[in-house]
Amino acid sequence: MSFWLLLTVNSITFGGLLFLLSAGFSLIFGLMRIPNLTHGSMFMVGAYLGSTFLSGALGFTSDFWVAAILSAIEVAVLGAVMERLLLRRLAGQPLAQVLVTLGVSLMVADLCLMGWGGDPISVATPEGLGGFVRAGPAVFPLYRVAVIGIAVVFAVVLWLMLDRTRLGAKIRAGVDDPQMARVVGIRVSQLFTIVFGLGAGLAGFAGMIGAPILSVYPGLDQDMLPLALVVVILGGTGSLLGSFVGSILIGFIYNFGQALLPELAYFVLFLPMVIVLVVRPQGLFGGQIL
Amino acid sequence: MSSRRAAIVAGIVVLVALPFVISEDYYINIASQILLYAIFALGIDVLVGYAGLVSLGHAGLFGIAAYIVANVLAAGYGHTVAIVAALIGGLIATAGFAAVALRSVGITFIMITLALGEIIWGLAYRWISVTNGDNGISVTTRPAPFGLSLASPRGFYDATLIVFLLAMAAMAIFVSSPLGAALAGTRDQPRRMNALGYHVWMIRFLAFLFSGFLSSVSGILFVYYNEFISPQALALPASAAGLLMAIAGGAGTLFGPVVGSALVVIVQNVVSAYITRWNFMLGAIFVAIVVFMPEGLVPGSVRFGRAIWRAARGRKPTPSDRASATPIGGPRL
Repeated sequence: MSFWLLLTVNSITFGGLLFLLSAGFSLIFGLMRIPNLTHGSMFMVGAYLGSTFLSGALGFTSDFWVAAILSAIEVAVLGAVMERLLLRRLAGQPLAQVLVTLGVSLMVADLCLMGWGGDPISVATPEGLGGFVRAGPAVFPLYRVAVIGIAVVFAVVLWLMLDRTRLGAKIRAGVDDPQMARVVGIRVSQLFTIVFGLGAGLAGFAGMIGAPILSVYPGLDQDMLPLALVVVILGGTGSLLGSFVGSILIGFIYNFGQALLPELAYFVLFLPMVIVLVVRPQGLFGGQIL
Repeated sequence: MSSRRAAIVAGIVVLVALPFVISEDYYINIASQILLYAIFALGIDVLVGYAGLVSLGHAGLFGIAAYIVANVLAAGYGHTVAIVAALIGGLIATAGFAAVALRSVGITFIMITLALGEIIWGLAYRWISVTNGDNGISVTTRPAPFGLSLASPRGFYDATLIVFLLAMAAMAIFVSSPLGAALAGTRDQPRRMNALGYHVWMIRFLAFLFSGFLSSVSGILFVYYNEFISPQALALPASAAGLLMAIAGGAGTLFGPVVGSALVVIVQNVVSAYITRWNFMLGAIFVAIVVFMPEGLVPGSVRFGRAIWRAARGRKPTPSDRASATPIGGPRL
């Protein structure tokens, strides 16, 4: 009984992490119409940077949360710079943009290997969250419950941002009809930079938040990117609700798959994707941003 | 066309004569690698160049054929059985892959093929009872068709060359066939082709099967060449390298993928002799080619040369110069 409960909590935790990763991916896709293939790299870079801040190698020791926020900001800046310098040059050529993000992801993976070496780096659970929660017969690590809370907070904040703020209205207009948005005076190209930076920052933050659970290792990018892809294919591109539902679904399928069919865990992911593609090619919530 | 024919004959003569001119095993092995990857790049070019569908999961198809060879041999069967099983298995896997991926076109197609390729990689990595996981599977012998041994670099090169020439011929026939013409039609004007009564999906599916067949052939050569297969051969960088070969030389041309394969294999071997950062180089070449020469090295160099020539004579670039810079994956997306 407690095995199943623990598995359920783990699934929701992993789903929460996936949401932080894929929300940005989905927004970037919705606005710029390209899958950002560096998204897994940004997750990994965020985790590596955060672990470096934590270790105090830069001359100061920072708190876990400070490290997470600092690395999120750095990754956001990297993302915005990449959008400005590389993707902007190829405006109107989505295919070329995708291939550039692929090239950059290969370069980033190799640079990380160069900078941080090939050994996995484990990141300690933040202070105060190392304990356990008791719920009847089951015992959960407190940190995993906290990650669920963080993901929910981010989901609400993102929803409020998109639904209630001026920036959110502009982004929705850009996703809906970029040309029309330009006509009414919205600077869509500026939105591209903002959303790309925001998505990258979220991915970097997710990397650090996930580091105490997943640790940081070369190849983390390649483990996470397909998961983000599957979430978005499942939930529908450009949809916040879709990435939320898709993340939770994939969190469950991945964790239960790993527990029950460890050798085929990756293959099990394939099934929901095939079913959705056959029945509803635009994804479960395709065409609705919220 | 006679000059073109002469060039082809000259190319074949050079390839056949190559082992007589350079006798060092190292270089003959590099030539074998170029030819076997050229077949892979041709397979990707069928989709990227002629169908306008960019696949980022082809290393998965390549790897499935290689793993089948390794597993069938490990089960005690002969080479003929292994190769036939790999070709059939590769085609079946391709059919499944295509049926899922062809639910979409354009950018979503890239995402789906990438996800499928990564899932096959994940399977190779984790399904340890079949693939031996990260340790890979060794193949101890190479086949000896008609009693000719392929154990030496020379013998293997000759066999690869024959398979390569057959693949080139098949590609040339495919491209000039009515099916090839219809495929180019579905790339440029899918809706008109549909209105004209062509079954666009079926044409793309058949092209995908041909592409998967070439990838499987290449995967079989790969496993015999290395006498080893591990999940690394299926990972995303391998698919990316294949795609780079197809577009670097010029997608949608017969010889572009061969040039691209030569470029990538030579750079990889030269670079790894000096530094270990091959993936970084691969990414950098990728970005450079996409940003500066999207139509491929051969046409791109010609365009740059013309532009410089015009600039030197003080003329503005003509519209035809721009029009020749077709983006990757055909003019329409």
